[in-house]
Amino acid sequence: MNPRNATERSTELSDLQEAQVAAHRRRRRRQFLQLLVFFAVVALVPVFVRNAYYLNVLVYVGIYVIIATGLNLLMGYAGQISLGHAGFYGLGAYTSGVLTATYGWSPWAAMPVAVALTCAVAYVVGRPTLRLRGHYLAMATLGLGIIIQVLLRQSSITGGASGLLGIPAISIAGRSLETDMQYYFFVWAFVALLLVAFANLVDSRPGRALRALRESELAAGMLGVDTASYKVQAFVISAAYAAIGGILYAHASMHFLSPQPFGFHTSIALVVMVVLGGEGTLWGPVFGAATITLIQEKLRPYNDIDIVVYGLLLIVMLIMMPGGLSRGLAAFVERLRGRARVEEAAS
Amino acid sequence: MIGAALLELRGLRKDFGGLEAVKDVSFTVREGQIKALIGPNGAGKTTIFNLLTGVLPAQAGRAEFAGTSLLGLAPHRIAALGVGRTFQTTLLFDDMTVLENVMVGHHLRGRMGLLGSALRGSGVRAEERVTREAAMEALARVAVAEVAARPAGELPIGQRRLVEVARALAAQPRLLLMDEPAAGLNMRETEQMGELIRQIRDAGVTVLLVEHDMSLVMGISEEILVLDRGERLAEGPPEAIQKDERVLAAYLGEEAEEC
Repeated sequence: MNPRNATERSTELSDLQEAQVAAHRRRRRRQFLQLLVFFAVVALVPVFVRNAYYLNVLVYVGIYVIIATGLNLLMGYAGQISLGHAGFYGLGAYTSGVLTATYGWSPWAAMPVAVALTCAVAYVVGRPTLRLRGHYLAMATLGLGIIIQVLLRQSSITGGASGLLGIPAISIAGRSLETDMQYYFFVWAFVALLLVAFANLVDSRPGRALRALRESELAAGMLGVDTASYKVQAFVISAAYAAIGGILYAHASMHFLSPQPFGFHTSIALVVMVVLGGEGTLWGPVFGAATITLIQEKLRPYNDIDIVVYGLLLIVMLIMMPGGLSRGLAAFVERLRGRARVEEAAS
Repeated sequence: MIGAALLELRGLRKDFGGLEAVKDVSFTVREGQIKALIGPNGAGKTTIFNLLTGVLPAQAGRAEFAGTSLLGLAPHRIAALGVGRTFQTTLLFDDMTVLENVMVGHHLRGRMGLLGSALRGSGVRAEERVTREAAMEALARVAVAEVAARPAGELPIGQRRLVEVARALAAQPRLLLMDEPAAGLNMRETEQMGELIRQIRDAGVTVLLVEHDMSLVMGISEEILVLDRGERLAEGPPEAIQKDERVLAAYLGEEAEEC
């Protein structure tokens, strides 16, 4: 090979590299823009929605978006399933609730402790089970969820079935958050932070490692990915997201916790949110959490019928949009655009 | 230039229930060499790869890579020592793009963890850029850079094999284990694969390959080890192996019957 050819080849290579770096930058910019538009809409909602009930429902939507996003990291990226995520949700809520209501801690001091405790429990459960191949984690988390539920119901520390009273509101710079509107902004600020963190995480070395091990643990391992460790880390982070959701829930306007929202029922609803919305996507769990929370609200008067509705929804989804709502909608938009282009060309 | 021993196997053994897949196998791969493992189906070639890469535990024997014992180590530790591998069935991450596949290959060269990546500071962005460029370079090396943005699951087998090689090279291994790199390739693609393997060796990577395509094996290997039912049947340069009567009887004979 003569030197001129070598130079040509290396310019060609750097052009290719530059093209890929630029393409990635465009993708990131588009995603950033989507997030910006989404949160601009979220910020404008209270201008139109002043009804306290609706704002309160939207607070719960935000909390579920956080938990479903964390669960998506585990399901859609690490390829594992947790049937006990409501347990982590409850653990975060009650740790923060007990520390603030019973021991008089500031919510800001209780928050990191609640997250750390939940992470520690997730680590202790995840570490032995995730070393094994297969869905051992599903069984272990199913058991853990039930154990946490029983503890919350029976323990004297948590107030048992009658609940934990007197949880203080969170205050920012000396002003406590009392109205639904204030709480709405507070929770959705967390959603924004945690969604951006998630988007960053999955588009990075560890995010790729997780997707890789989901498809082939053997191939990922042979490229130096410590598959057991990454699965445990993804599980712990997803538990942290659930704990943050729980903390926000505990200090939401009611100042009261009961074990009821942290049972198996909620664990299933969380899994449905992720699958319905589209696991492995940024927006899937957002759609999923919003849809399921709204359905839950509508069906509140009819006891337990929601689980039947989830089942039907899942069946319909698996047939119509197997990739979940977000992928299905994206494909639909693409089809419309394609048709518009065809019509344009025809006219 | 063939150097000192890079990989040494001594008395390696593996049974599956009563079946002795690998019995007492010993051989050496020298730095800078292209060595081939051949033998009829069931000879234990892929099992040896699985023992060397921590996928299966061995029952007895030793396997040392550059002085470090490989047996008992997890696959990611073996990879970190500098052993890469491609698979008989091409294990690409089909839902990821070709470029992302090769970026996973660069995993060992990066160091960002989950928390750092979530914050995405300037260090993460710089590392991402380096990773993306290194992955493109690896793809260009095997001449498939033009499919970088395509989902890996869409590629035909010829390109899948090349992408898998690029992915393994992105980790910058010292030793590359290639399990039937020409399986499913047509004659022209097989020739190109042979040329690529030679280039990889010339760039300083030692290659141990399992292969059924005799024209490829005889064309590029400096040394061939013939296995039959888990045992070493013969070892030597291609010319000697082609004339070895035991080999002709056990291996080439069988092939002749098949035809």
